Amino acid sequence: MKNRYSIFSLIKNAFSYHENWQKAWKDPVPKKEYDAVIIGGGGHGLATAYYLAKKHNMKNIAVVEKGWIGGGNTGRNTTIIRSNYLWDASAGLYDHALKLWEGLSQEINYNVMFSQRGVMNLAHNLQDVRDLKRRTHANRLNGIDAYYLSTEEVKKFCPIINTSPDIRYPVLGGTLQKRAGTARHDAVAWGYARGADEMGVDIIQNCEVKGIKRNGDEIEGLETNKGFIKTKKVGVVAAGHSSVLANMAGLRLPLESKPLQALVSEPVKPIIDTVVMSNAVHAYVSQSDKGELVIGAGTDDYISYSQKGSHQIVEGTLNAIIELYPIFSRMRMLRQWGGIVDICPDASPIISKTTIKGLYFNCGWGTGGFKATPGSGDLFAHTIANDEPHKLNAAFNLNRFVSGDLVDEHGAAAVAH
Amino acid sequence: MFIINCPFCGERDHSEFKAGGEAHIERPKQPTELSDDEWAQYLFMRKNIKGIQFERWNHAHGCRKWFNMIRDTSNDEIKSIYKMGEKPPLK
Repeated sequence: MKNRYSIFSLIKNAFSYHENWQKAWKDPVPKKEYDAVIIGGGGHGLATAYYLAKKHNMKNIAVVEKGWIGGGNTGRNTTIIRSNYLWDASAGLYDHALKLWEGLSQEINYNVMFSQRGVMNLAHNLQDVRDLKRRTHANRLNGIDAYYLSTEEVKKFCPIINTSPDIRYPVLGGTLQKRAGTARHDAVAWGYARGADEMGVDIIQNCEVKGIKRNGDEIEGLETNKGFIKTKKVGVVAAGHSSVLANMAGLRLPLESKPLQALVSEPVKPIIDTVVMSNAVHAYVSQSDKGELVIGAGTDDYISYSQKGSHQIVEGTLNAIIELYPIFSRMRMLRQWGGIVDICPDASPIISKTTIKGLYFNCGWGTGGFKATPGSGDLFAHTIANDEPHKLNAAFNLNRFVSGDLVDEHGAAAVAH
Repeated sequence: MFIINCPFCGERDHSEFKAGGEAHIERPKQPTELSDDEWAQYLFMRKNIKGIQFERWNHAHGCRKWFNMIRDTSNDEIKSIYKMGEKPPLK
């Protein structure tokens, strides 16, 4: 049984100089056989394991991670959470996640620092204005809070934005989702890991999958660098490396893996208390609790697994940031990094069964998976446990690329992909 | 960040180029005969290889010509560049 984190446990541990905190999760060796194995110890994978154990009573399961948990895109994203997607299927999916975020810290007894500071999306041309208004109406019909803001209202909500009509891409308006915001990305992985571990899930780090063993159209187990693990159900949640694992199973996915970059500035005093995203000029910015500006750049157009992006992508983003926020022009950037994102042709995820019995994929989140972490885990757990999708992820099946029933969020999703 | 040796213009920074994805995907010869599944394979399914990949590039801010490239996607190292219609120098 894990000790609960609280103000009292904090005070108690202060007396022993914080040297006697209980381990948050074990470091087990893999068993010979599990009822299900999740490949990928990021937020989505750990959330999947957590909900499998909690809601579907599958406790003889493992998460295998080739590096350390939360070391991939979970620890590399810009932590933005919102659900203002255009299409009904996406709105259902992302708002399910947002509702789970709202109670997550209490549920897993781990402070994920979820902060509903609002997300504002800017319009810079007439088409943006029309698209944003349309999306606002669509969101409202789906029960998602959305407001359309005039230029003056944008300025009032975030005074440091340059709303002069004389800039290259003037701000013509914007939308606001007040329930949206940010969370602490590492804490999400750690919190789910701790919760899953408590229910008996084995979290096995430094365990790389080398092969997926099939018997005909059924899964038999996984070849790993820690030996063979027998299992009948495998859930792959490997983001940029999804295609690599699909190839091991002899499957093809409609994915391309590309570098996506982000950067943070030196820490400064609080200056921006919301998240501002701009689709047309591709710049988005928020401020972390440490005071760093967290800036998201775009993807490169070529396939790469190198976790490095191109310089001109960062340069383009910073050009836009400086024009929109002249106050930042002398800020120095502290760190820059890249992650590998798996992009679907319709910019929507895949949470689906496959043609192989017992093999499930949760991938294709592209540039925006973090916001969906709790919902993605919950729905993927449902899909694995019941061998059937939940109604909220039924549209996000792999077969949509055959039927043509795509969920086309490209450009509709309030950010350029 | 890498330099690309355009077969028509010589070495240029890769910011001048546009990636065109996987190479040697043949357009179906008889599109009317294709099943939905075969269309999906042609249109959407990709190898997305980590390692040696054959791909198309376009010198978008230069001669605007297309060519093929063999590149290691795990470290962005270019192995070979060859013109459209030529046989790939590596297998």
